[in-house]
Amino acid sequence: MSHHDVSYLAPKENWRKTALSWIFTIDHKKIGVMYLFAVLFAFFLGGVFALMVRMELWAPKVTLPSGEVQGVAFDSLPWFGGAIEGNTLYNHLFSLHGTIMVFLFIIPSIPAALGNIFLPIMLGAKDVAFPRLNLLSWYVYLLGGFFALVSLMSFGNETGWTFYTPYSTATEYGSVTAMVLAAFILGFSSIFTGMNFIVTVHKLRVPGMGWFDMPLFIWAIYATAVIQVLATPVLGITLLMLVFERTMNIGIFDPAIGGDPVLFQHFFWFYSHPAVYIMILPGMGIISELISVHARKKIFGYRAIAFSSIAIAAISFLVWGHHMFASETAIANAIFSALTFFVAVPTAIKVFNWVATLYKGSIVINTPMLYAMAFLFCFTIGGLTGPPLATLATDIHLHDTYFVVAHFHYVMMGGTVLAFVGGLHHWWPKFTGRMYNEKLAMLGCVLVFIGFNLTFFTQFFLGSEGMPRRYATYVEEFQMLHRLSTMGSWILGVGFLVHLGVFVASIAAGRPASRNPWGGLTLEWYTESPPIEHNFPHEPVLTHGPYDFDTVVPPHCDPKDYPLPDPKEVEKFSH
Amino acid sequence: MTHVSTSTEDLKPHERYVPASHWRNAYDEADGAKLGMWLFLSTEILLFAGFFCAYAVFRMLYPGVWADASHYYLDWRIGGFNTLVLLLSSFTVVLAIRGAQTNRPAMTNINLIITIICALVFLVLKLGWEYYPKWVHDELPGGNFAYHSHSILEAGGYVPGSHDNIFLSIYWIATGTHGVHVLIGAFLLTWCLWLNMKGFYGPKHYTSLENVGLYWHIVDIIWIFLFPLLYLV
Repeated sequence: MSHHDVSYLAPKENWRKTALSWIFTIDHKKIGVMYLFAVLFAFFLGGVFALMVRMELWAPKVTLPSGEVQGVAFDSLPWFGGAIEGNTLYNHLFSLHGTIMVFLFIIPSIPAALGNIFLPIMLGAKDVAFPRLNLLSWYVYLLGGFFALVSLMSFGNETGWTFYTPYSTATEYGSVTAMVLAAFILGFSSIFTGMNFIVTVHKLRVPGMGWFDMPLFIWAIYATAVIQVLATPVLGITLLMLVFERTMNIGIFDPAIGGDPVLFQHFFWFYSHPAVYIMILPGMGIISELISVHARKKIFGYRAIAFSSIAIAAISFLVWGHHMFASETAIANAIFSALTFFVAVPTAIKVFNWVATLYKGSIVINTPMLYAMAFLFCFTIGGLTGPPLATLATDIHLHDTYFVVAHFHYVMMGGTVLAFVGGLHHWWPKFTGRMYNEKLAMLGCVLVFIGFNLTFFTQFFLGSEGMPRRYATYVEEFQMLHRLSTMGSWILGVGFLVHLGVFVASIAAGRPASRNPWGGLTLEWYTESPPIEHNFPHEPVLTHGPYDFDTVVPPHCDPKDYPLPDPKEVEKFSH
Repeated sequence: MTHVSTSTEDLKPHERYVPASHWRNAYDEADGAKLGMWLFLSTEILLFAGFFCAYAVFRMLYPGVWADASHYYLDWRIGGFNTLVLLLSSFTVVLAIRGAQTNRPAMTNINLIITIICALVFLVLKLGWEYYPKWVHDELPGGNFAYHSHSILEAGGYVPGSHDNIFLSIYWIATGTHGVHVLIGAFLLTWCLWLNMKGFYGPKHYTSLENVGLYWHIVDIIWIFLFPLLYLV
């Protein structure tokens, strides 16, 4: 047995060699696992800020400490002049929540962690196309995280995650420059990952795997990678100009010396609108896997789902103007509004196909399937609250209210985060080699689902009644809804803590996982759990499609782990 | 066994090149690397697209300033000469790749050296004859810009407009970012020269040389757009 045949997690001869084997690894699985730890840490950090934001909104008045009750720590910082407003501190909290969640957690979450671990295995490859570039992308991510942390230590930013000019160029608070640099650097990490994945999908598919034999997760990651490569550079140059503006006063975005602040908005959304599809598309890919595997049914409309991923990627570049209905001409608004509705078409195609896959499937209720269903519920709400925001007449009313906040969180959290946690449970046995406690994980899922809906559904009402976003205070009529939302955030927090406990218990004392605990058909279920260093002892031979549950008995699958459907029932419905 | 090992030691590095273990063969590896490079180049184009967009927006806002400021602050002769220098270097980098393809390392060496010299000439002209005089005359971007009486006198009646600073902002950040790319290119070409001297490039393996060549072309093409837009409007 050569050293390539042992688990990628197996320790080396001594601890120093083990540490070095992780620090200098070019193994996509190890890089993915390191990314996973980092993004989960960022998720925790952003989550803490979110809980603080919700706490502040418990009462209508400013509850954060204000000028008079300053601690020593605040007084010593020069840019406050010895005093800080509770309002400012609130701006600070929601900005940090947004910036960390978007740039450090949600953009790298699925592609860089789960994508890195599973994309090459699902393609039957030994590694990604450029393993060293992959390692570089991880260290660039760390460098970006370091800058974010430096900024955090010196009070970060209170510009919101959008860094709108001219406020972001003028504000003296904290260290906006470091945070903008962090986002700029993290963009490179994202570009490198995207380039790597595109080339891997093009060049390293196992012989016999055509484009339409790929798992749908790969299609989604591929579409994401295209956006990462084509949109992120524009953010890069925008943020670079913002840094120049702050450090060298170049004035491009500064109206005082002839610059144009709206130009910043165009640049920013030209990236950041496609970026929300960088965030959601991989989640959609995970859902395709979860639903097909845990309903043991061939995915309905494979090509429609695959092409809709590409369609979403293409349309994403044409709709950035709908973030700027308040600062554009009427004609631009009309065009962007019309184009925005097109996004609903491929998205709805996906949702209908997932529901059709479930129809008469042999559905097993476990954590991944619960998360898939929670995704369908929440994401559909998130999706359907999009058209009112794309419609000019209603958007004028809803613009910059909690309705937007709720819509965004229903798509990003109810979409991406639920899919991410579901995918984490789905692939957990594969990449850790351990099973987790199904009952407790399902409890966590139920708590997250209840907490999430309580937190954000209330915000739709707040928004349509006129509660603007990003305010620390509100009129007393809103108090009940705000308190419900805050209580929801606690349930949400407890739910995630349950998941954390389940994962820790699984690593410490989980039952060893078999090769194929769920009875999946994609290539990752053919290798060991956890996979060996080169993924497969020999190049795998592809004998069936990724979802041929009607014709193929899943390999290495123990029916005791996962009951197979009654053959008579299958027979009844197959004609 | 001994016989085999001596014979591979006689071979040059490029002749005993084996692809990394996750590639099926050297052809796939080179092809993948080239695809990756093209993707990277597309990100470079989009990066500079930001500058070109900003250029277009402000030229639309201040058309008069654009025409006057360009003629007043920039010398088309220096820009034009630099364009020729870069065009020549693009030609020589192609010859360097040709040298590797046809197994003529000397041809690769000499052409890489010419390319590197071109890069340095470009940077020296840029720094010494463009950036430095602008720096001392406070012809700086945005808020750092300052009017000097000498400017008005030397201009033969041209009075700097109130938005010259924005033109200079675009000029500085676009050409500055491009200049950094030229500098990086010079380092990459030097690295290729070093590898070629150690015999790493030959007909069967010249991936990194070809990719650096592609990068050098993009640096050249971006300048070909910057030059008329900034110097000749």
